[in-house]
Amino acid sequence: MKYNPRIGKMMAVALAGALSAGSALAQELTGTLKNIKETGAITIGYRDSSIPFSYLDDNQKPVGFAMDICYRIVDAVKKELKLDKLEVKLNPVTSSTRIPLLANGTVDLECGSTTNNADRQKQISFTNTHFLTASRFVSKKSSKLNSIDDLKGKTVVSTSGTTNIKQLNEANAARNLGINIIPAKDHAEAFLMVETDRAVAFVMDDILLASLAAGSKDPDAYVISKDAFSKPEPYGIMLRKDDLPFKKVVDAATAELYKSPEGAKLYDKWFMQKVPPKGLNLNVPMGPEQKKAFAQPSDSPEPDAYTAM
Amino acid sequence: MNYNWNWRIFWEPSPNGTGNYLDMLLSGLVLTIEAAICAWIVALICGSLVGVLRTLPSRGANRFGFWYVELFRNMPLLVQLFLWFFVLPELLPRSWGLWLKQLPNAPFYTAVLGIGLFMSARVAVQLGAGINSLPRGQKMAGTALGLTTAQTYRYILLPMAFRIILPPLTSEFLNTIKNTSVAITIGLIELTAQARAMQEFSFQVFEAFTAATMLYLIVNIVVVTAMRYVERTVAIPGYMTGK
Repeated sequence: MKYNPRIGKMMAVALAGALSAGSALAQELTGTLKNIKETGAITIGYRDSSIPFSYLDDNQKPVGFAMDICYRIVDAVKKELKLDKLEVKLNPVTSSTRIPLLANGTVDLECGSTTNNADRQKQISFTNTHFLTASRFVSKKSSKLNSIDDLKGKTVVSTSGTTNIKQLNEANAARNLGINIIPAKDHAEAFLMVETDRAVAFVMDDILLASLAAGSKDPDAYVISKDAFSKPEPYGIMLRKDDLPFKKVVDAATAELYKSPEGAKLYDKWFMQKVPPKGLNLNVPMGPEQKKAFAQPSDSPEPDAYTAM
Repeated sequence: MNYNWNWRIFWEPSPNGTGNYLDMLLSGLVLTIEAAICAWIVALICGSLVGVLRTLPSRGANRFGFWYVELFRNMPLLVQLFLWFFVLPELLPRSWGLWLKQLPNAPFYTAVLGIGLFMSARVAVQLGAGINSLPRGQKMAGTALGLTTAQTYRYILLPMAFRIILPPLTSEFLNTIKNTSVAITIGLIELTAQARAMQEFSFQVFEAFTAATMLYLIVNIVVVTAMRYVERTVAIPGYMTGK
């Protein structure tokens, strides 16, 4: 078929028409944007101890990498709705309350360290990935455990209800390791199990392990394995499902931030420098997957989507 | 409310590879029931002993009973379990502590012991009250018949007191079942913990906890019905507890 330049022109006209229609439609707000416009407020859900993503500092004020990103989103929403003043309300959430509070409209954004996966996307939406983390294990240096195979026949802890304990179960079955797996209620308790020698290792997202070890009584006593149970998995900021206009604003804001030098600067601030309250430095340089996630922002739940070539 | 209801979730395979989500909840229920029954046995035995001690004519026994009850009744269960599980092994000699920590199923035994002792204080108070509610003449009659104190308790006081306190004991047993959910904090993956795991995996929060609530309710109804039957069976016509 021969290319007819008139088709291109027609398409351009049609597209322009669609765009102007779009801006006309933007007057009729729906969902979260409508609520924000009406109430003049947006509510951010924060976690109290997800260092360095979202946690309370010594003044009991929520801070962190995800919180900074959320404040950028708030600015973008304010600009989009042409508001002079937008009040930001802060509401604490836990892993148990984040879904109900998002679903019933109490919070508009969940800014923490929630893993983005396909099962969860049936219930809520994620904006572009802000961090990638693989499942590894932390152990005491004195126990000299380097690889997953070294865990053979030992007692290993992980947090119940996480994808990590699932991966540990899978590795245990696939490699026939005979590991005694004990579930813990939360990360702090699981780490305590390693600290008190109830378990030799704790399997979790490597970044959470890094912050737990850095915050422990003797940070130098612990080592995080090079060996990983999984490909790096994405963390995302959550918002309500099926609210496309709001998601579009949020996605655009995060994509713009991650692509700009600001994104790398924010990363540096929280992962390469001392962070409050104790002045810990996690010292986690940006890996190739993280660089890719920032260069090509994506909300995909698939770890493969972030594999750096 | 922007929530995606999905009641079919229970028949979807759970990520931990042991069947579907319903299997996960049911395995938690089994653990809840096992822990509750074992803890209740501990509570009944220790509670009965201490309850009797509190009513004996000996001052030492009274004092021991009093302090036992105050100790186990006044500390929140959550704190007690934490102390048993995390603090006790650190106080013991190193080799003993290590042995304790490497015990398989340590959370289960700790939960049974911790919840059992916590509830035993309540059982002790109930039984003491039951014994004290009997007419004083009963004890005197026992003495007049030439029964020893032990025999008086064994043949006269305890059979009556236990019948009187059956209804409150039923509710103590129901409390024991519900208290097993506190054992999440020491890593016992019972019904509540499985419901939490299910919500983490699937994000179907309301379905998970609705199911857990239903299961607890069913267990409670079974217990209440069974206890009614026991009450009727052991009732003695003509006594205050008989019909």
